[in-house]
Amino acid sequence: MSTATLVNWLLVLAGAAVGAPLRYLTDRAVQARHDTVFPWGTFAVNVGGCLVLGLVTGAVTAGAVGSQAQLLLGTGLCGALTTYSTFSYETLRLVESGAGLLAVANVAGSLLAGLGAVWAGTGLADALWA
Amino acid sequence: MQVKRRPPVLRGQGPAVAVVALGGMLGSAVRYAAGLLWPTAPTAFPWTTLVVNVVGCAVIGAFLVQITEGRTPHPLLRPFFGTGVLGGFTTFSTYAVDVRRLVGHGQTAQGLAYLAGTLLAALAAVWGASALTRRLRAVWQTRGAARAGLWAESPAGEGEPRESDRSAE
Repeated sequence: MSTATLVNWLLVLAGAAVGAPLRYLTDRAVQARHDTVFPWGTFAVNVGGCLVLGLVTGAVTAGAVGSQAQLLLGTGLCGALTTYSTFSYETLRLVESGAGLLAVANVAGSLLAGLGAVWAGTGLADALWA
Repeated sequence: MQVKRRPPVLRGQGPAVAVVALGGMLGSAVRYAAGLLWPTAPTAFPWTTLVVNVVGCAVIGAFLVQITEGRTPHPLLRPFFGTGVLGGFTTFSTYAVDVRRLVGHGQTAQGLAYLAGTLLAALAAVWGASALTRRLRAVWQTRGAARAGLWAESPAGEGEPRESDRSAE
C-alpha cells in the first residue's frame, strides 16, 4: 500500500470516527426535545450532512480544497453522519404503527430538504470560491 | 417561565459513543472500499451507492426485527451494528449530492430515476427483510415449541400410570 493510499484510508476513517458519534448524539439530543413520533433526529443529521457535503463538493469543484478534504469531510464525516438505513427503517416503523401520513411526510420532507440543502451548500460554495 | 428538566444527552454515553465510532469506521471503510472497487464516472448512474444503500436497508430490517423481537441483546449491540456499522455504511448525503451532480450534467431524467429508484428499492428492502425475518422467526419458534413439547410430553407418553401412582390418588 502506498503512503497516499494509506493517508486516504486514514482520512476516511478519521471522518467516520467523528461523523457516526455525531449522528448518534445529535439524534439523542433532538429526540429528547420533542414528544412526537416523527424522527426529527435522523431528519436533522441527514439534512445537515447534505448541506455540509454540498458545501464540500462545491469547494472541491471550485478548487478551493483538494480531494483529501473530500475524503475526510465527504466520504468520512458526511457519509457516516448521514444514514439511509435508519431513514428507511424509521419510515417503515411509522407505516407499521399506523402513521402512514407521517411516513409520507418523512420521505417527502427528507428528500426535499436534503436536496434543498445540497443546492444551498453548492450555491454557497460557488458564491464563496468560484 | 417553566423550565423543563431533561436528562443530559451525554451522561453515561461513553461506551455507546465508542462503539458507534468503531462501527461507523467499519461501515464507512466498507462503503469506501466499494467505491474504490466499483468507481462511478461523473455522468454515470451511481450504481455503487444505490447498492450500498439498499443492502444496508435490507440488513437493518432483518437486524432490528431480530434484536427487538427476540431475546434481549447486549445493550451495546444495537449502537455498534445498527447505529455504527449500518449507519456508517449507508449514506443520505452522497445520494442527494449525486442527484445534484446528474442534474448539473444535464441528465435530469437519470437523476430523477436515481432519486426514486434508491428510495423505492431501499423501502422495499427494509420492509421485505423485516417481513422475511419475522416469518423465519415464527417458523423457528414453532419448531422450537414442537421440540419443547415433545420433551415435556415424553414422560407422560410412557404409558398408563403405574399402580403405585394410582394408589397415591
